[in-house]
Amino acid sequence: MTNAPVEAPEQTELMDPGNGPGGSFADAIRAMEIDTRMLGMIGALLIIWIGFQFWSGGGSWSEGTFLSARNLWNLSVQTAAVGIMATGMVLVIVTRNIDLSVGSMLAVLGMAMAMLQAEILPDYLGFDSPWIWIISLAAGIIMGAVLGAFQGAIIAYVGVPSFIVTLGGLLVWRGAAWMMASGRTIAPMDATFQLLGGGARGTIGYTWSWIVGILACAGIVFLLINGRRQRIRFGFKLRPRWADYTIGGVSIVVVLGAIAYLNSYLLPPRLAEQRGGGDIPFGLANPVLIAIGVVLVMTFVATRLRFGRYVYAIGGNPEAAELAGIKTRATIIKTFALMGILVGIGAAVQVARLNAAVSGLGQLTELYVIAAAVIGGTSLTGGVGTIPGAMLGALVMQSLQSGMALVGVETAAQDIAVGVVLVLAVALDTVYRRRASA
Amino acid sequence: MTTQTTTPLVELRDIRVAFGGVHAVDGVTVNLFPGEVVAVVGGNGAGKTTLIKTLSGAHKADSGKIFVNGELAHIETPRDAKEYNIETIYQTLALAENIDAPANMFLGRELRTNWGTLDDRAMENASRTVMGRLNPRFENFKVPVQSLSGGQRQSVAIARAVHFNAKILIMDEPTAALGPAETEQVNDLIQQLKAEGIGIFLISHDIHDVFDLADRISVMAQGKLVGTVNKDEVTKDEVLAMIIMGKMPGEATQDELEHFHD
Repeated sequence: MTNAPVEAPEQTELMDPGNGPGGSFADAIRAMEIDTRMLGMIGALLIIWIGFQFWSGGGSWSEGTFLSARNLWNLSVQTAAVGIMATGMVLVIVTRNIDLSVGSMLAVLGMAMAMLQAEILPDYLGFDSPWIWIISLAAGIIMGAVLGAFQGAIIAYVGVPSFIVTLGGLLVWRGAAWMMASGRTIAPMDATFQLLGGGARGTIGYTWSWIVGILACAGIVFLLINGRRQRIRFGFKLRPRWADYTIGGVSIVVVLGAIAYLNSYLLPPRLAEQRGGGDIPFGLANPVLIAIGVVLVMTFVATRLRFGRYVYAIGGNPEAAELAGIKTRATIIKTFALMGILVGIGAAVQVARLNAAVSGLGQLTELYVIAAAVIGGTSLTGGVGTIPGAMLGALVMQSLQSGMALVGVETAAQDIAVGVVLVLAVALDTVYRRRASA
Repeated sequence: MTTQTTTPLVELRDIRVAFGGVHAVDGVTVNLFPGEVVAVVGGNGAGKTTLIKTLSGAHKADSGKIFVNGELAHIETPRDAKEYNIETIYQTLALAENIDAPANMFLGRELRTNWGTLDDRAMENASRTVMGRLNPRFENFKVPVQSLSGGQRQSVAIARAVHFNAKILIMDEPTAALGPAETEQVNDLIQQLKAEGIGIFLISHDIHDVFDLADRISVMAQGKLVGTVNKDEVTKDEVLAMIIMGKMPGEATQDELEHFHD
């Protein structure tokens, strides 16, 4: 059906030369099949980290504090909440929609969860009931799904643009959060619920951190072996062996290095004393573990489930999706409901970390979440975006902010920097894409 | 060409569609027999695409009935149409550009594993099988279809219809976006499908294509059916007269027909 030149039969390349990389760096990257955009983001992240390390040390690397275990541990916790929500924003944006109500919805859900556990449930269950945190968390997540689905229904069935619906949501939910508690601060949170937010007790500790790290390494090795086996089975071009080893080796070193580093951050002596003294490492924080879980689940949803396929198809060509018999409206509603669920999880992490809910909770969060998704390679024209990219985008954003806070840049200047970086990142990406397609 | 004694594969009877006060399709009746190609022709805005959309489920008719194998069919969505083995290949190549060929072929009808996850392996195997029949040179199963040529994309669209056992195939300007050689290949494929007993509605405004491929020609003008003629019994000029002047063969004078060659 075509006159286009057909590539040489790929079977001939099945033989794996097994030679070393050779050639240029660009060739090596191509052979490893690493997405250049992902590589660019990792490069930007390294530059930011190295830059702040020098800056925080007044120009001296060794005196810098940005790359200290303590700061990176904090950075991991701060990234978690925005990252969790950014994975949902990817799917929303992929369907050519937007959700501006994320920050305000976070306030409503956070407030609801806080009031449930601090003021309502104890009357019925008593203060120490283990059900309090479970019911509060579940209520927040379900409420998020309902509010999200409600906005999605207006977008899908009434046909009001998502920009308008969620802009309305931004105002409505913010007002609702205030009215729920008449502007009061709700505190403190249930003791178990607080663990969701990280903090000195909300970590999984030394041993479990290593177990998670080793499981992650096993997962990496499995994926590489499985990928290779699939390619052999279907006669696809194989990645050279050295490339597989390099990718696997670097990933494992990064994972284990991160765990070792987080485990080297010890509880302050006074807190350690309360728990029997000695060196007690923090290890992975609970919110980080939650964020990792969310990335895995959302990647599965986006790439392995029919729902995810439909989300991308709708983003690629809404008319084609409709003509193919996809229930596009139901898919849009589900996408927004999923976003709401993730806002519920994000809200739980935030409220637990602050150990309080205030009506101003989550202000401007929608912009950070959208920025994380966009910096992570999600295209506002729809159809393009990845979950791990969004998490990396969140890490870049948070690194910038936390770095600037660390070196004492004033808040107004921080906002300016973040805004400039957002526009710059998308501008670079646009230029790059135009070149690539030309 | 066809034995008119058998039940038609599909019959659209007295279909009406109005947009606001405009009658886009106004009481049109056409039918299609197995192994037959019926061309629906007409100028821009004649209502041919709207008519055929009522059959593919993309647009609901205001009134009129659709019969498939002589039985009244209820077609309100593209899904309904597929239930009746009616497959449509759209002028705009209704593909999601950002996903690969197997994903497009199975869009809306994905194969799934026992776990409920997408069975990409099975879908790719099935795609390779169908494509091996239609376009053996097609190799790009793993790239988004936006990087394929127009002809390759059209073969994805046709492969989709063939894989799902289309009995009735609607092709809306299937070659409009293609070069001459690719057009030739699509035309060969239409002959092949026809030989397999599939009924094809071909929407086109290329009178040469129509004469190459169609058995019967239904002409529409301003939402109304001018008439349906057997290709072998008319000349191209007579069909042009139907399209442009709305006059049946014999009604137009020789002078008027000559006029097309000015």
